[in-house]
Amino acid sequence: MSVRGESIAVTDAPWHIPSRGRVGMYCLIVAESAIFTIFVAAYVFYIGKSLSGPTPREILHVPILSTICLLSSSLTIHWAMAALRKGKTVGFSVFWFITFVLGAIFIGATAREWHHLIYQEGFTIQTNLFGSTYYALVGLHASHVIAGLIGLTIVMILALLGKVKREHSERCEVLALYWHFVDAVWVIVFTTVYIVGR
Amino acid sequence: MASEALPLTLHKGPLAVVYEWLGTADHKKIGFMYIIYALLFLVIMGIEAILMRIQLAHANSHFLSPQVFNRLFTMHGTTGVFFVAMPILFGFGNYLVPLMIGARDMAFPRLNAFGFWMTAFGGLLLYGSFFAGDGVLHAGIAPDVGWFAYAPLTATAFSPGHSTDYWTLSLLLAGVGSIAGGVNFVATILCMRCPGMTLSKMPLLAWMNLVMGGLILVTISPLTAAQLMLVADRYLGAHFFDTQAGGSVVMWMHFFWIFGHPEVYVLIIPCFAFVSEIIHVFSRKAMFGYPAMVAATVSIGFVSLGVWAHHMFTFGMPSYGNAFFVLTTMVVAVPTGIKIFNWLATMWGGKIRFATPMIFAVGFLFQFLIGGLTGMMLATAPFDWQLGNSYFVVAHFHYIIVGGILFTIFAAFYYWFPKMTGRMLDETLGKWHFWLFVIGFHLTFDFMHIPGLLGMPRRVYTYEAGRGWETWNMISSIGAIFQTVAILIFVYNMIRSYFLGAPAGNDPWDAWTLEWATTSPPPDYNFAVVPSVRSRRPLWDIKHPDDPDWKYE
Amino acid sequence: MWCIVLTSRRVSLVENTTRKTFQPPWWRRVAQVVFVFFCGVTKALASVKSNSISPTNIFAPDSTPANSIYRLSLFELEILGAIFVVVFSLLAYAVVKFRERKEDSSEPAQIYGSNQMELAWTVLPVLIVVVLFLTTAQVIHRVQDASRPEGTIEVTVVAHQFWWEYRYPQFGLVVSNELHVPVSDPNHPTPTFLSLLSGDVDHSFWVPRLAGKTDLIPNHPNTMWIDPHETGVFLGQCAQYCGTQHAKMLLRVYVQSHDDFDRWVHDQQEQAGADPSVAAGRALFVAKACFACHTIRGVMAIGRIGPDLTHLMSRDTLASGAVLNTPENLRHWIRNSGTFKPGSFMPPQDLTDSELNQIAGYLETLH
Ligand code: HEA
Ligand code: HEA
Ligand code: HEC
Ligand code: CUA
Ligand SMILES: [Cu+2]
Repeated sequence: MSVRGESIAVTDAPWHIPSRGRVGMYCLIVAESAIFTIFVAAYVFYIGKSLSGPTPREILHVPILSTICLLSSSLTIHWAMAALRKGKTVGFSVFWFITFVLGAIFIGATAREWHHLIYQEGFTIQTNLFGSTYYALVGLHASHVIAGLIGLTIVMILALLGKVKREHSERCEVLALYWHFVDAVWVIVFTTVYIVGR
Repeated sequence: MASEALPLTLHKGPLAVVYEWLGTADHKKIGFMYIIYALLFLVIMGIEAILMRIQLAHANSHFLSPQVFNRLFTMHGTTGVFFVAMPILFGFGNYLVPLMIGARDMAFPRLNAFGFWMTAFGGLLLYGSFFAGDGVLHAGIAPDVGWFAYAPLTATAFSPGHSTDYWTLSLLLAGVGSIAGGVNFVATILCMRCPGMTLSKMPLLAWMNLVMGGLILVTISPLTAAQLMLVADRYLGAHFFDTQAGGSVVMWMHFFWIFGHPEVYVLIIPCFAFVSEIIHVFSRKAMFGYPAMVAATVSIGFVSLGVWAHHMFTFGMPSYGNAFFVLTTMVVAVPTGIKIFNWLATMWGGKIRFATPMIFAVGFLFQFLIGGLTGMMLATAPFDWQLGNSYFVVAHFHYIIVGGILFTIFAAFYYWFPKMTGRMLDETLGKWHFWLFVIGFHLTFDFMHIPGLLGMPRRVYTYEAGRGWETWNMISSIGAIFQTVAILIFVYNMIRSYFLGAPAGNDPWDAWTLEWATTSPPPDYNFAVVPSVRSRRPLWDIKHPDDPDWKYE
Repeated sequence: MWCIVLTSRRVSLVENTTRKTFQPPWWRRVAQVVFVFFCGVTKALASVKSNSISPTNIFAPDSTPANSIYRLSLFELEILGAIFVVVFSLLAYAVVKFRERKEDSSEPAQIYGSNQMELAWTVLPVLIVVVLFLTTAQVIHRVQDASRPEGTIEVTVVAHQFWWEYRYPQFGLVVSNELHVPVSDPNHPTPTFLSLLSGDVDHSFWVPRLAGKTDLIPNHPNTMWIDPHETGVFLGQCAQYCGTQHAKMLLRVYVQSHDDFDRWVHDQQEQAGADPSVAAGRALFVAKACFACHTIRGVMAIGRIGPDLTHLMSRDTLASGAVLNTPENLRHWIRNSGTFKPGSFMPPQDLTDSELNQIAGYLETLH
């Protein structure tokens, strides 16, 4: 480490420390990633190990549409934040709302898929190892999407009341970070469940 | 409220005080609650240990039934790890970290309170099992699956009823609390440092708590995940660990130890932090090799993530798998060795003052060395085929957990109690505490290695005569009595000193880190003026203006 | 160096089987003495190579795997003992030498670090770790990847909550609780390979003088092997917590000469005796619940929940070593297994005294 000259008063030196909101969210993301890692590991480990049917190939359909929705919502929330940073609150509200809708479509699609599996196929968490790991992993992700949607809703209501201003962009940023994380996890879950596992 | 002399505000009505503490988000109050809570559980788990030691003192003893004994070691181990060691370290961390980095509170005070209460409810839920079902005298339906609860013993087929649910759910709660704490530690240390305190100028305690926080994020979460799966198995009929449906019980073992091994470093790293602070102050020297200490801590953190299967050497992994985990485990000895040698080098050439904190720290060095070396024996897979799951393992980890962690926690109490309460702990009682505990500790745990070498497995409620185990077990049990007396002295010392101890003043140990710059106990806002620092030892700079640290670092 | 000697051994059963004549050279004995600081009486345990201290002493190996571990452990104990002595001496010296003296209140010289020294105490442990790892890897390979020579006995061990089942596929035999194997002559090894299975939860097979432990895990078959060099009874016990009576899931391995072993196999292959004088007891055995859980070959009793009783009287103990097999204990056991083994999965039997005597009398004829 360099020796500071005696004449430089330390307090005058600019003092930058990272924003705690972001660091906190990054920490949470690390912890959540660890949880997902374990569930993905369990899923991968049990691929093809079920003693009885059905197999993923027989009953799973690749949810292309909802995946596109979820992934594009990352883009829209990015635009929403860009707008907010520039102070364009209307643009923010619009993109934020689109994000919410896309997320909601995704959840709706998952709900339909589950409804179909449970009531048409009779496939539940108890059916076999595939059932256990499938519902656990996809359900874990879905619960994160729901948590994200709740967050989005709260901000949306505040935005509609005109309460979200440029100076709140730091906080919305933290929520957006979480939403990006939820999307990124879906890429992994999707690959595991619908591509590798099928 | 800066005028409060003691944290317990006696001039208010009792209800107001209770309300204030229950609703507090102040890091010092939360730290305090963590510590008190953990001490309570220390006594409870100690009583459980005593009961086990009475049972094991003779061969073929009938003092306890097998069912009760099995519950006792499960509760003892679970309590020890999750509701004694973790909270007490969280408590000290909560109290000290903001003070030492010159902050006014943790990064997220309310999240902090949330974390504490989750942990607290977790512990209460676990002990609720004693009162559920079969009442208190039959020891209720406390879980009896061991603290690592290997599947499929936890499946509904093998543990019907709800005892295992208490175990799972309470650890799930406590785990959420711990993750909240981990987030808070990392965010606080990265984002709340006072001006001038770059990462390389943080006290080692802050560094090590940072590593601990990071480890918590990646280790407690796998436990949480595994517990969720177990809950799904038990309540929803899933098959994660169900061998009838082709499920793998080895998966639970992996998941548990992916948590369990780094967990033990979560416990020891804050203790390294206490020892680092105490040793350099009482040797009157700067910490030797600060950058190496930091690097060693960080690398212990990373390496510890890749060693978990050394708890599974007897599981029939293929030979290359075993060899891999032998290597990673042994590699941990290198950074740990660096620490030991740096501490020795810090003492070397110093003027060591043997106040109570320091003698406990020296006790730690001695015992941790031995515990680490027995760890190396276990890390040698073939040797572990003999030693694993025997009393040798029990001796190994008590050597580190009691001889290492508990000793440093005592050291930390003697060192920081004056800061927390404004009063000194009694030195004479402290010496009594130390020597009795040393005697008790060595009687109990030195001699516990031997039955392990003679083939005594752990978790047996009794054993037959003629195996050559009786004498050693008897000595172990006698040692526990000394430990009890020592801990009673300690508790007495704390209570007495809280009311009658000598006033401490701001800086009784002539120390160098920021917490000693404020009053004892610190005011609610910690520092009237947010300090700014230029070196790792800001108070040294103030005390030695002619020869400040920042010229050298 | 000794570790090199150790590592140069090939993977073969014959070569490693130095019977009991492994004599360490003098300097290694000295190093062993040093270790006394480290672990009290280990020296005593390690140098008395017999079972006089304890029948389950891991430092009294009598079979190749146990012996390999024993020698590895001695080597490691010396290294760790040396580390302990060095570090402890430094600590003791520092504590004694650098105490604060009363008269002097100045601060000592402040030293912030030393790259050379720190490098030294990084590199040295790295070297030690490398040596330890290589030696260890060699022994792992030697024990785990050993091949099966001609004349290997195969036994399938199935662990149940609190008792052991042994199947000898080569002889078409199923026996319980007491394992019999032939002695293995180092020159013509006849090791026994154990396939380890579990019927319920995790258990672990541990007979310290014969080999290290290996777990029995449902859905996860394991193997281990032993080649005892001496005849006699070797003790051990289940070493993985498996429930209430984990403590009384004891192991007894009877190592017999080849002739004795062959005779034992022959006897066990016999159907159960059908002494007419105990016909009433036999009938009761089937009439009561017993047959639902126990097998007696030759009688209509095919239960698999409890131990095979076909040759019950050939065993020295009852209930996997919990008590001696005496007429009295047998009666107590049948009436209420909880007397000896509370929590075992044999329920108390509701029998009158005479029924009990008849059943027990019948069982006593099952040699
Ligand atoms: C905080 C607690 C803590 C700590 C720090 C450690 C540290 C270590 N532990 Fe321990 N361990 C436990 C707590 C801890 N352990 C617990 C609780 C269990 C049992 C869980 C259960 O089953 O219930 C356990 C079990 C356990 C096992 C499994 C045994 C079994 O069940 O079969 C193993 C095996 O490898 C092991 C090894 C080690 C090693 C190698 C270290 C190393 O980190 C030690 C490193 C330190 C040193 C080596 C000493 C100092 C170094 C030098 C002086 C340098 C020179 C030295 C050399 C080059 C060798 N431990
Ligand atoms: C923080 C962790 C921690 C601590 C501090 C301890 C402390 C002690 N432990 Fe424990 N222990 C574990 C963690 C810990 N242990 C774990 C994880 C296991 C494994 C569990 C499992 O296998 O699942 C275990 C297992 C374990 C066993 C093995 C059980 C078995 O395998 O069958 C034994 C046996 O002797 C034991 C003994 C002791 C003793 C004598 C102490 C002593 O140091 C305790 C000293 C403390 C006191 C004595 C309290 C003081 C009491 C008072 C002040 C009140 C006085 C009143 C009365 C006595 C009436 N412990
Ligand atoms: C519900 C099942 C069940 C029934 C019914 C049952 N047993 Fe058992 N028995 C067991 C089990 C399980 C064990 C092993 C217990 C242990 O060692 O933990 C056992 C052990 C024994 C043993 C000791 C065997 C040995 O190898 O050491 C004897 C003898 C025995 N039973 C006799 C009987 C008789 C006689 C009856 C009927 C009157 C009977 N059992 C009924 C399950 C049963
Ligand atoms: Cu079987 Cu323990
Ligand atoms: Cu470990």
